[in-house]
Amino acid sequence: MHIPDGFLDTKTALATAALSAVSLAAGLRSLEQTLPRRKIPLMGLVAAFVFAAQMVNFPVAGGTSGHLMGGVLTAVLLGPSAGMVVLAAVLIVQCFLFADGGVLALGANILNMGIAGTVGGYAVYRGMARVLRGERGRYVAMALGAWCSSVFASVLCAGELAWSGTVSWDAAFPAMANIHMLIGIGEAVITVLATAFIAASRPDLLARGRSEDAGNELGRRVTFGAVIVIALVLFVSPFASDWPDGLESVAAALGFDRVAVVPPPVPSPMAGYAIPGIGSPAAATVVAGAVGAIVIFAVGFILARIVVPARQSPSGEDATDGTER
Amino acid sequence: MRHDYLDRYSRLDSPLHRLPAGMKLAIALALVLGTVAVPFHVTAFFVAAGAFLVICVLLSGIPLRFVVTRLLMLEPFVAGVALLAFLQPGGGLVAARVLVKSNLCLATMVLLSNTTPFASLLDVLRMLRVPALLITVLSLLYRYVFVLVDQAERMARARRSRTFSTRRSSLWRTGAGIVGQLFITATERAERIYAAMTARGWQ
Repeated sequence: MHIPDGFLDTKTALATAALSAVSLAAGLRSLEQTLPRRKIPLMGLVAAFVFAAQMVNFPVAGGTSGHLMGGVLTAVLLGPSAGMVVLAAVLIVQCFLFADGGVLALGANILNMGIAGTVGGYAVYRGMARVLRGERGRYVAMALGAWCSSVFASVLCAGELAWSGTVSWDAAFPAMANIHMLIGIGEAVITVLATAFIAASRPDLLARGRSEDAGNELGRRVTFGAVIVIALVLFVSPFASDWPDGLESVAAALGFDRVAVVPPPVPSPMAGYAIPGIGSPAAATVVAGAVGAIVIFAVGFILARIVVPARQSPSGEDATDGTER
Repeated sequence: MRHDYLDRYSRLDSPLHRLPAGMKLAIALALVLGTVAVPFHVTAFFVAAGAFLVICVLLSGIPLRFVVTRLLMLEPFVAGVALLAFLQPGGGLVAARVLVKSNLCLATMVLLSNTTPFASLLDVLRMLRVPALLITVLSLLYRYVFVLVDQAERMARARRSRTFSTRRSSLWRTGAGIVGQLFITATERAERIYAAMTARGWQ
């Protein structure tokens, strides 16, 4: 999913760079205030860990294999700001040392994987963990968050490609989203199993990671939330016909709707924009997304039953109390 | 894996390697920006950019074969999106545009990373007032990525030599175990590194 140079036009590159610079600055400032000095080497080592963990192959089918992205795993272990900075560092090194992902596309890649993927997926995890409760519920939420991180990143990526006129939304969105709904299942399984492994052998690492990202909550949340909403308004809402009206009116108020009516340089039917309905590939993909979310819940419940032994009751409040603090 | 595997040609001695890092970074960024921004029908620009890159490779003493293999390794995603563009009505030109522009940019970055040591690039970033925390994370990442990749490979090899079932579920569980164990040892290593850094007077 690393976008190379030459895929994004200048306006998209600049917009994504600005958005990711703002949230990276917010995340770094929050860390500088809250991160103890002794944790600074840990950030670098965890970045190297993400890099190495991405090289561990998981057999999928027919000789193909997948690997971890690691955004939600890092955010669960270190907190969202640290997760975002770690993913950004990994992307910067991959860009400059491997030429994996372009320099001008670096902002877009950090926005997709480091911010929408990591912070967005982590937000889903936290929200769901609050609803589902219990040790098992936490793992179900983690599976959903990890799956969402993969899907969020791919949808933004499709939006950026479409906004640049490289590939039309109707081609990019189904292709990217459908593939990453499958990849996301792998991401969810690895995230849950790896976290369960760490919880079993060093539970203190999990508990510590969760307690140390409390500072500067509101300001950071507002910044991250605003960045993700702006990214959605810019890159996704111009194309999605069945998007809620609220965002469209925001887009209209800010003048972004003009972007949507300018026909892309690539001639395309834009069926999903004119006629909402199951007939368009984009709408079919949204339906597939709903099905995928149900599947990932089932996967999450099965995994949670495997990794949390039965003696801790599924709604065991005391188990939650032990780990949430 | 050797420590200098990733940017193994970055410490050669050539006119290109001797240029200041900031200058090379600026030239590379300008070239990438130009390649992305110049409209595709200005063929002369892209021919000139390609010729400039070939001259640079020859000047730098980096084997041409190495640059080409690196480009081919990075090609799958480029080819995938180019194919998607090609399949649309009238997408042939878009596909060609994507292929030419992406490959020029990729070659530029491969050349930059193999003529400039990463530490010098970080020095440039430091001068540009990039926050110190990010610089520290980046330099530690660069320093220890080899160690951790090595460790991951050793663990994967140990697992392969002891695994006699091909059941996917057990392979995934042990794979996730490697990831988890890797995190735990990275944390422990970070604690030792912090102690060592403090003992040597790190702020």
